[in-house]
Amino acid sequence: MIEFRKDIFADERDDNLNEIGKPTRRQDILGHVTGRSPFYDDHQFEGLLHLKCLRSPHHHARIRSIDTKPAEQMPGVHRIIQGSDVKVNLNTLLSLMNFGEDDEPVLSDKKVSYVGEPILAVVAETERQAFDAIAKIRVDYEVLPHVLDPEEALQPNAPLVNETMPGNAFPYHEKYNHQKLRFGDVEAAFAQADHIVEDRYQMSPIEQAPIEMCGAIAAPETNDRFVCYTSTQALFFSLGTAAKVLDVPSNRLHFIGGTVGGGFGGKVDSLHEPLAILGCMLTGRAVRYAFDRQEEMQVGAPRGAERWYIKDAVMNDGRITARKFTGYFDVGAYTRLSSYAIIKAAGHLPGPYTIPNVYADIYCVYTNRTPATAMRGFGITGVDFAIESHMDQIAHKLGMNPIELRLINSYMDGDMKAHRREAKNTALVECMQVAAEKSGWNIAPDFKAMSSHNGGEGWRSEIPHTVTDTNGQIGNGVPASTVRPATTSIPAYVPSQNPSYAAPPAQPARPVSPPTPQSNVQATPTAPPQASAPASSSTPKRPRVSRFSSISGTRRR
Amino acid sequence: MAKKPIQFQLNGSSKSVFVEEGQNLLEVLRREVGDLTPKLGCAQGACGSCTVLIDGEQIVSCLTLAETVEGASVETAAGLANGPTLHALQEAFMDGFAAQCGFCTPGMLVSAKALLDKNPSPSRGDVIEAISGNLCRCTGYEPIIDAILAAAGNGHNSAGRYSGSGRQS
Ligand code: FES
Ligand code: FES
Repeated sequence: MIEFRKDIFADERDDNLNEIGKPTRRQDILGHVTGRSPFYDDHQFEGLLHLKCLRSPHHHARIRSIDTKPAEQMPGVHRIIQGSDVKVNLNTLLSLMNFGEDDEPVLSDKKVSYVGEPILAVVAETERQAFDAIAKIRVDYEVLPHVLDPEEALQPNAPLVNETMPGNAFPYHEKYNHQKLRFGDVEAAFAQADHIVEDRYQMSPIEQAPIEMCGAIAAPETNDRFVCYTSTQALFFSLGTAAKVLDVPSNRLHFIGGTVGGGFGGKVDSLHEPLAILGCMLTGRAVRYAFDRQEEMQVGAPRGAERWYIKDAVMNDGRITARKFTGYFDVGAYTRLSSYAIIKAAGHLPGPYTIPNVYADIYCVYTNRTPATAMRGFGITGVDFAIESHMDQIAHKLGMNPIELRLINSYMDGDMKAHRREAKNTALVECMQVAAEKSGWNIAPDFKAMSSHNGGEGWRSEIPHTVTDTNGQIGNGVPASTVRPATTSIPAYVPSQNPSYAAPPAQPARPVSPPTPQSNVQATPTAPPQASAPASSSTPKRPRVSRFSSISGTRRR
Repeated sequence: MAKKPIQFQLNGSSKSVFVEEGQNLLEVLRREVGDLTPKLGCAQGACGSCTVLIDGEQIVSCLTLAETVEGASVETAAGLANGPTLHALQEAFMDGFAAQCGFCTPGMLVSAKALLDKNPSPSRGDVIEAISGNLCRCTGYEPIIDAILAAAGNGHNSAGRYSGSGRQS
């Protein structure tokens, strides 16, 4: 049931919504209920061949030799595809956007870096025959030490997971082993804090688990073109990747997709299309390359594991005056899209709160685990889980109402975010007020009266003094005053109005602060991009305009 | 491998095909007969997207040997509509936003039909039980449960009330 709260921000929009709030049938629903929606595997081809991969049984191994002879004679086998058959056998997805080095072979016949990594492919009349042939192939592995934890992977003596990525970290700006955010001076704020609240949060990898498994079918078309039916979520991404890897002009590839049996981010990696098309090129027949369910779960890229350390400076009245993050994204053996997720995460910190001093080091770390990729809220979900869990920890520690704690620290219109963009069109205050009301959660009258319009006063709209280090880069300086006064727009916290919110459930002991990073890659800080014109404190509040667009100043994808 | 002829009823019409020993019914329906409504979601009996009815019983076709349906009556989602006239369940799924990606939908509809054929006025619990073998990653199940109840006339939409006769006329 949808309820519209048109009373909120009523003066900012014309009340002329004519689609939102009214159920509208999906345009593809008739196909869905009649079972006629054309999923990629619903395309039938005469003489369809099936492609299956030989996959690594090891986390990490060098391949000394591969003997395919016994498989070549097996019934039904049409072709064995090796790494040398792939024209450009090293790729990274974001190279289409000029971001990152090619680091992942399509078929990895020299070294494998995760369990399930494809080594070669067999194209046969049936999937069964392809599996039978794969069982006959002999691979001589030299098993190498492996690393499965991101913090261990950053140690100087850790095994090198990905030869394109020295130090097991993605190089930001081609030289820094992490993404850095500096805003104000957290150390000075810690020194003046009433409380320091620190903890560690981690999220496991999560499989998208679509009910339709990933796959593609490629078939010869007229005029030396190839048609590819695919489950991809990102048709032009897959087209560009296939054209690059196979070294053919993209106008020779005819991609058909758009009917996706659930994606959730897991169908962007374009693993199937290049191999299905290559199989088709090499055999002249239609070729289907589809994950089975075990491959989908083991090899299909999940949302990666994340570990976050958060340290906050908190005053007795609930103001958070500094927040320091150390984040590790465990991206598995290859980059895929993860380096971009970390940039997104850095732009999101410190969450939807206005905190005058923010510090973050975020590492994109390679381990011998399944490469990670997009999943819903890519780059944001893990750290939001950490931030909101941490907010509750602070509320418990101070014995505060957790909603009021969030309201005290909530960002509002005109506030300066740590990535140096003005917060616009904020609505966190109103969302929390309505959530509290709907759930019968009591908040004090002053907090019920707060408004997102009241931010942007004084220091809240300013970029704080952020000292540069001796290299002229943004570092960790010591400005005079870092604990900012409460602004008039935020009600004071009245403890007596609140029952006790203390005493969180007991938790097992765990490390709360990150180890000192040691790495063989230069860790000199880099400045986050500076917004051109920071709002000055004397600027009158911007006129209220209709609420659209996003906080980051870029369009949402 | 020796092929074996089999004959069965598919949604009321007779089919004769050659099947290989050990071939599963899902593959035969999709590749040999050309009924693409049962979907391959796991081939392990775990997801239910290949669900069909064999003599009225809900069965996962991926784990059913094709040769065992000799002489049987097989129903799939392709048999739900009567020409252009949709089944009450299909109408209710459309009205109730009970499909997003649509991949689980044919199997879900078949499971729901098996339920309503036996029990035209199921409780919510009966519906949950009936679709407990069908996984859906998109909808969160609630709209599906509501749609099945609506088709049975237990919900808000009684226009297409399920007649219990298997086909809506
Ligand atoms: S495909 Fe048969 S149960 Fe999943
Ligand atoms: S609608 Fe996508 S799995 Fe059910």
